[in-house]
Amino acid sequence: MLATLLTVAYLVGTISFVFLFALFAVWFERKVSAWMQDRLGPMETGGFQGWLQTIADAVKLLLKEDIVPGKADHPLFRLAPYIVFVGTLGAFAVIPFGAALVGSDLNIGLYYVIAISSLVVIGILMAGWSSNNKWSLYGAMRSAAQIVSYEVPIGLSLLVPAVIAGTLSMQSLVVSQDGGFWNWNFLKAPPFGLLAFIIYFWASVAEVNRVPFDIPEGESELVAGYATEYSGMRYAMFFLSEYANLFVVSAIAATLFLGGWSAPLAFLKFIPGPIWFLLKSMALVFMQMWLRWTLPRLRVDQLMGVCWKVFLPISFVNLLAVSFWMLWVG
Amino acid sequence: MRTSLSENYFKQLWRGVSSTLIGMRVTFGHLFKPAVTLQYPHERWTMPERARLRIAMTYSECTGCGACARACPVDVISIETLKAPADEDLGVTKNGTKKRLHVLKFDVDNAKCIYCGLCIPPCPTEAIHFVPDYEAMQRKRGNLIYHFSILSVAEVDAIRRRDQEAKAAAAKAKSSEAATVNPSSTKTDEP
Repeated sequence: MLATLLTVAYLVGTISFVFLFALFAVWFERKVSAWMQDRLGPMETGGFQGWLQTIADAVKLLLKEDIVPGKADHPLFRLAPYIVFVGTLGAFAVIPFGAALVGSDLNIGLYYVIAISSLVVIGILMAGWSSNNKWSLYGAMRSAAQIVSYEVPIGLSLLVPAVIAGTLSMQSLVVSQDGGFWNWNFLKAPPFGLLAFIIYFWASVAEVNRVPFDIPEGESELVAGYATEYSGMRYAMFFLSEYANLFVVSAIAATLFLGGWSAPLAFLKFIPGPIWFLLKSMALVFMQMWLRWTLPRLRVDQLMGVCWKVFLPISFVNLLAVSFWMLWVG
Repeated sequence: MRTSLSENYFKQLWRGVSSTLIGMRVTFGHLFKPAVTLQYPHERWTMPERARLRIAMTYSECTGCGACARACPVDVISIETLKAPADEDLGVTKNGTKKRLHVLKFDVDNAKCIYCGLCIPPCPTEAIHFVPDYEAMQRKRGNLIYHFSILSVAEVDAIRRRDQEAKAAAAKAKSSEAATVNPSSTKTDEP
């Protein structure tokens, strides 16, 4: 009984965290993009730096008319945003926020994360197909083409921490990096840990469909890609999942390469683990925003080129090198 | 000279990485630069004292000569004047020009004004000029017509009535004078 209650509480807590994070991240992204372009960003709504702006926008989206195009495939069209959201939310189950703060410490947690986050693309493909709109379909097909490109280097570079720690459980992966920042995986087996971290980080930018890899929704050529026909609450769901996904990939990078909830130095242990975890994740979220407002969008073939010709061979060699390192050195 | 494939590969890789880092350095620098945005309704630029932004005129300086209205290429200025009677002194302008006309109406339609400034040089008394006021928005188009006459409706009516009375008196005097000279002609003149 108590266990069930705790599970429900954790679920509710996670969902509210996702909502709050999405609201914060949209506001933060607006501010970061504005500051990088010497602008101010939202300033009016809510007083201090326009902090209420995204909440007002969310309310606006929720109050909008629910429009489904007449020739759309209605059941799929309605279902798609929820599949995208569920795929993103599912990953939160195994992300360790703290030493005792994890939804489910699966012994194949890493594998589970890769599997469940790929579900997002099915939702996107559904959205693009059911919209019955050429832009949506283009966006969805590009998304499908993108996933086969970035998912392989992501898988290979996520295997590096697994090889170093000898486990697939997210919690054990964090525990294996405890004791100081020099134990973190991105500094292990130098430079291969760092290389895996960089490749994972870059490929995860493609996973969350952000600039420079935002070709599935490139607004200058595809209107809004798979989300073209969506409006109101369903569009808000896509937006929410996009930012939740942004947190997921950053959290995974923080967990696997930056020591998760463990403190960087032993005497800093008095600060609770979840705070360290959120700090590290937010730093990576900021990195993603920084990249987005720096780089132009890649062409489809350039994305394929980067993923297949650069990330893939390097991550293969990297995995091999780390394996031999662990065999002979570590 | 052809470069080998591997050489090209690593060169391009390095170019991609280094140019990304350069770009990121630039955007990071801009992150801490103060914004150039001006929060308009809360703060605004101070205009130069003599900024030429909107046509205005000093009513007390106007002689009602109509030179500005004639110069206007888009007929924005509409003036109505009445000659002051001989016994009424309207005073002089700052540069000593005697004012002979009542300026009953001096309207500038800002909706049509092209801000060319051609109305300003012809003015003999420098009554019409630019002012540094750029917030000309109005909710109704009619409100864009600026009325520069300071005379009230009652005053305008009074001036008109006095003028008509004077004219009627003059006409009467003239007709009675004509009647004494040639009584037969009055009958044919009247309708």
